[in-house]
Amino acid sequence: MIGAAASAVRPYQAVLRVRFQLLLQYRAAAIAGFVTQCWWGAIKVMVLAAFFRETVATPMTLRQAIDYTWLGQALLTLLPWSVDPEIARMVRSGDVAYERLRPIDTYAYWYARAVARRTATPLLRAIPMVITAGFILPMIGMSAWGLSAPASREAAALFVVSMVLVIALSSAVATLMEVLTVATLSDRGVNTLVGPLIIILSGSLIPLPLYPEWLQPALRLQPFAGLLDTPFRIYTGHLDATAALAALVRQAVWIVVLVGIGRVLMARVMARLQAQGG
Amino acid sequence: MSHASIVVEDLTKVFRVAERRTGAFGTVTGLFHRRYRAVEALKGVSFTLGEGELLGLIGPNGAGKSTTIKILCGILEPSAGRCEVGGLVPWRDRVRHVARIGAVFGQRTQLWWDLPVSESFELLRDIYRVAPDRYRQTRDELIGLLDLERLLATPVRQLSLGQRVRCEIAASMLHEPRVLFLDEPTIGLDAVAKLAVRDFVKTLNRERGVTVILTTHDMQDVEALAERVIVIGKGVILADSSLSALRRGALAERRLWVHFARDVEVLDMPGATVRQWQGNSVELSFDPRVTSAHRLIAHVAAAYEVEDVHLEEPPIEEVIARFYALHSVEA
Repeated sequence: MIGAAASAVRPYQAVLRVRFQLLLQYRAAAIAGFVTQCWWGAIKVMVLAAFFRETVATPMTLRQAIDYTWLGQALLTLLPWSVDPEIARMVRSGDVAYERLRPIDTYAYWYARAVARRTATPLLRAIPMVITAGFILPMIGMSAWGLSAPASREAAALFVVSMVLVIALSSAVATLMEVLTVATLSDRGVNTLVGPLIIILSGSLIPLPLYPEWLQPALRLQPFAGLLDTPFRIYTGHLDATAALAALVRQAVWIVVLVGIGRVLMARVMARLQAQGG
Repeated sequence: MSHASIVVEDLTKVFRVAERRTGAFGTVTGLFHRRYRAVEALKGVSFTLGEGELLGLIGPNGAGKSTTIKILCGILEPSAGRCEVGGLVPWRDRVRHVARIGAVFGQRTQLWWDLPVSESFELLRDIYRVAPDRYRQTRDELIGLLDLERLLATPVRQLSLGQRVRCEIAASMLHEPRVLFLDEPTIGLDAVAKLAVRDFVKTLNRERGVTVILTTHDMQDVEALAERVIVIGKGVILADSSLSALRRGALAERRLWVHFARDVEVLDMPGATVRQWQGNSVELSFDPRVTSAHRLIAHVAAAYEVEDVHLEEPPIEEVIARFYALHSVEA
């Protein structure tokens, strides 16, 4: 029983491991990304501070907003805002049809690739960001501007669970985007349409609690909130335990829904796929 | 039914190709209503292939060779017709089917660009769920046969075409398939690499009994490898025979080179026609059904002072070109 299960997941584990190791090698990109994200983080924190000084009633505290912002900068590459460049290349060249030569489930294979991309890349960038914002800034007397610890031990535990769900959800979105790339034969449209949408609706641009009150129910229910907003609100204590659990359930439901849509769509797209050439 | 026999019956494939209209008006209407043109790539192709056979599939560009191979590999679904490889319908039982076949497409790569060859092999081992000791044995054998030892640490994108194709072929055999599909495996290769590929395919087929279907434009491949040849043109099978039968049917003539000791003023050779003169040598062609080489040689030796003679068959390229011309397909 266990043997059969191990054999079933073996290909996908291997793909995940190999891609993960490969992506860890892109250190120059990580350093460049780190510098950019520090810069943007600093600007965002200053804008937020100015905004909070002029406003009396705020939906979250400045402390929470700053933590939310630094976490967002540290984990920016968790967001599935672009299609895997190698899959985009395969779609353009037509090589994507040859993915069907591998005796594995193509959806699961691409999903495993996506998981590798959503873990290796953020890992490389999150560590220096957290060290900078969480330890170096406080050490030089700027703790008010840095990243503080999770709101509680309970919040920390729920945050970890939520982050695991973020990886699963982000990979589901990424794989769906890749299936749409195959359907439209280009990554251009998907990247242009979905990319900005995700940056806004995940809370990466502006924390979601700062949007108007009447928008909140809709923002809570949409899938992209589960990409950043949910774990960050848990971390900062913006959600109490009950609300946090409800948010985790919403994340899980969206994972199931998006994986389902992705699988159905992939089956249809792949059946329709016509490898050209005599 | 054995795991390696192939049945193809009345296979038909129609592609829908979007037509682009010309002019500004055409572009606008094209946005709302696309016109499609049906292109028949295969119009009822049938053949069977026994276990351990090697079949060469030849034909001009666009004849339907690759379409046939892609259907057999399970990556393309035919519009109509039946097809079974080892009792499985390729596109319906895709995962089970592709686990049992090997495939190499000369113009595509199935390795991972950014991985070294050895890691690509290991990933394939896990994807095909090959047992570790079985894998080691097969891998070492393939490395020896294809001389890959020095390439193992190189990322695939840094390999030359010849090196890459050798690696691709090894990669396609790591799970020890009983059927191998090769779509233009020697395209763009230099002479040495071509020979290496041919030798390897020959070994697989003759010594291991692997069933092979090969498409190619290189007639030397066919001559070196295939006992049986199917010629496809415009989506139909034009011939399914041995290479020598094909030769007899299309271009039965033979060539006789005669090297004379001195200038020949008038050459009188009944039953033969002069193809060309080269100094004191002449190339004659004759139909063996009309006259024999023996009679021609006797005649020329009696009438002239002859230094040397030798017999040739027309090159296979010429036979195939003649065959296409006979069936009015364009190469």
